[in-house]
Amino acid sequence: METTIKSKENMSKTTAKTEKISGAEALMRCLIEEGVEVMFGYPGGAIMPVYDEIFKYKDRIRHILVRHEQGATHAAEGYARVTNKTGVAIATSGPGATNLITGIADAMIDSTPMVCITGQVASPLLGTDAFQETDIIGISAPVVKWSYQVTDANEIPLALAKAFYIANSGRPGPVLIDITKDAQFQQFDFAYKKIDFIRSYKPTPDLQLEQVKQAAKVINSAKKPFMIVGHGVMISGAQKEVVELAEKANIPVSCTWLGASAFPHDHELFHGMVGMHGNYAPNIKTNECDVLIAVGMRFDDRVTGDLKTYAKQAKIVHIELDAAELHKNVFAHAPVLADAKEALTALNPMIIENKHTEWIQEFKDLYAIEFEKVISEDIHPSCPQLRMAEVVNRLSEITEGKAVVVTDVGQHQMIAARYYKFTDTNANVTSGGLGTMGFCLPAAFGAKIADANRQVVAIIGDGGFQMTIQELGTIFQCNTPVKIIILNNNFLGMVRQWQELFFENRYAETELVNPDFVKIADGYGIPAKRLEDRKDLDSALQTMLNHNGPYLLEVMVEKETNVFPMIPSGASVSDVRLS
Amino acid sequence: MMKKDVRLYTISVYSEDQTGLLGRIVQIFTRRKINIRSLTTSESEVVGIYRFTIVVMVTKETIERLVQQIEKIIDVLAAFYSEEDDIVFQEIALYKMKTSTLLDTDVENLIRRNNARVLYIDHDFCVIEKTGHKYETLELFEILKPFGILEFVRSGRIAISKSLTNLNTYLEKLGIEVDK
Repeated sequence: METTIKSKENMSKTTAKTEKISGAEALMRCLIEEGVEVMFGYPGGAIMPVYDEIFKYKDRIRHILVRHEQGATHAAEGYARVTNKTGVAIATSGPGATNLITGIADAMIDSTPMVCITGQVASPLLGTDAFQETDIIGISAPVVKWSYQVTDANEIPLALAKAFYIANSGRPGPVLIDITKDAQFQQFDFAYKKIDFIRSYKPTPDLQLEQVKQAAKVINSAKKPFMIVGHGVMISGAQKEVVELAEKANIPVSCTWLGASAFPHDHELFHGMVGMHGNYAPNIKTNECDVLIAVGMRFDDRVTGDLKTYAKQAKIVHIELDAAELHKNVFAHAPVLADAKEALTALNPMIIENKHTEWIQEFKDLYAIEFEKVISEDIHPSCPQLRMAEVVNRLSEITEGKAVVVTDVGQHQMIAARYYKFTDTNANVTSGGLGTMGFCLPAAFGAKIADANRQVVAIIGDGGFQMTIQELGTIFQCNTPVKIIILNNNFLGMVRQWQELFFENRYAETELVNPDFVKIADGYGIPAKRLEDRKDLDSALQTMLNHNGPYLLEVMVEKETNVFPMIPSGASVSDVRLS
Repeated sequence: MMKKDVRLYTISVYSEDQTGLLGRIVQIFTRRKINIRSLTTSESEVVGIYRFTIVVMVTKETIERLVQQIEKIIDVLAAFYSEEDDIVFQEIALYKMKTSTLLDTDVENLIRRNNARVLYIDHDFCVIEKTGHKYETLELFEILKPFGILEFVRSGRIAISKSLTNLNTYLEKLGIEVDK
């Protein structure tokens, strides 16, 4: 097969004036055309012509020098998740490119728009095991939405136009463009045209009114409706429509973890999160509702537990953009293959106003049980040590749920999910699908750089913090005012919890002997404080939030707490445990 | 380990001509540890559009998911699956034999009876060709085996749908313009 891009959809006969520039400069111009303001990257041999242009264009595109290419991808993800704009990461060939893979896989599974640019050895050297040559197109193929190797500068405009279109249309995802060094040097006639059509790619399916009518019929007939909102609601921008549907039909609402900031947590119809460490009521009620409305979510195994016993009594209305997700895990009686906003805009007028007071009361009763058995002790612990939950709870109250909360992976993440009451949207930045430890720190500065006006708080465990700890250097160098809370229990807490519950307390390799994080922060010129005493919690949080610049707060928390409620792996949602 | 309810399905994929696309399609099977029984690819009746024919032994549920995942690949225009009764399919087999061994037998009858043909012959060896379903080409293999087969090769399956809709009408339905 030949490698040139076919000109069918490329509108190559653009009327725009052309001018002779290098491939590397063309790349800069493409990024500017696509509205890119910032990119995260790390230089190296095969990408040097591009970095030379980054130098020349530094007043037009900001480049953030990370400390490891993985950090560039997570920062781009953090950037994308708070803005819905495409994050850009850039790296050299070989190890630079392979270091991107974790972040690319993370962006793929969490539907995050990202364009990665990698340098590649000169085209005559391809396949010769040249210095820093790796087949990044091959390596990344299973975890990219699309990729393309540029070996001729003439391909750059179209490759980049396609990349940005594909990355941030339909179900977003990562795209990788690999550019050989000779193509970066090559002079050619440059002209750019954005595209919004690729004949083999239909990002948004046409709304079928019949499906909407069927969904309306099912929802209108419901006595015990229950709605789960997911990440797709935010991708689609359907936050208002979801609230409208919930209010009109009086439907109790829950969220997935990635959908946490898609619905205001202070809304009276909101009843918390579903899933493995979700709230008691929505998990129990999943198996008692008569109609389950799922919007922009994909019935992940951490949401459903055992599929054989998942919501079998309910009629399922599934509003989903990606055809491959419909009926994948859960059969939908009323599937609506469409963009969430478009679907809900058509659906809402067909919905009959309703009241489900008794049904909603049942959610509140279950919450009371969860509060008594779990929440109360979590946020007002009787133990002398601080607990993760009380820290997050106070942070949530002090920030009024308006902060962008960036989390890593593990116990602290689930605690943040349970106790941070998001009232703002596009505010929850986390690694959901892939569960990437080390995601938080770089994603946090990516989010802060994306929106300097929002308070960005990184909540990290002591394990995950050390996976990308070097990014403190980036925060220092850019003086990015992210607030970092390390919830330090000197354990890989979630694995330890599983070892306690399912492996008879055999704590294999989960206890950490940690360095002095305050001293490390000090080395990076970042003010830091270690908190051990409950009475200082509020003032420590206030000091951190009010500080003008980055700040690190290390909170020493109880070593062996478990996160409950919990649905053991493979169990039914109705078997959710409170202890 | 054979799962219950598995059967042969033939997948037809129409795609753009892109480097690495074959790899992306194959990965969808690899990721699920599904063995591809056969795979052939060539340009379709529409210039610039390639056609893949892939045969797998899976459950109905799996084939549906596989096809949906293949369709999701950006450069794939369309993907379908068919059961055995919905398609006309064919394979081709080549048998290389020593010419001398065949001279001792009733070559003419052998070729006629099996609807085969001699593609090439010289003093040393000859190549016999047979098209058919797998069992038919295997049958001839068994017949020729006693004479000594030097080399044997069978192609992957190519298949054509029994439905009247052709690629162009399908693509037009999708709103895709094609060069006629």
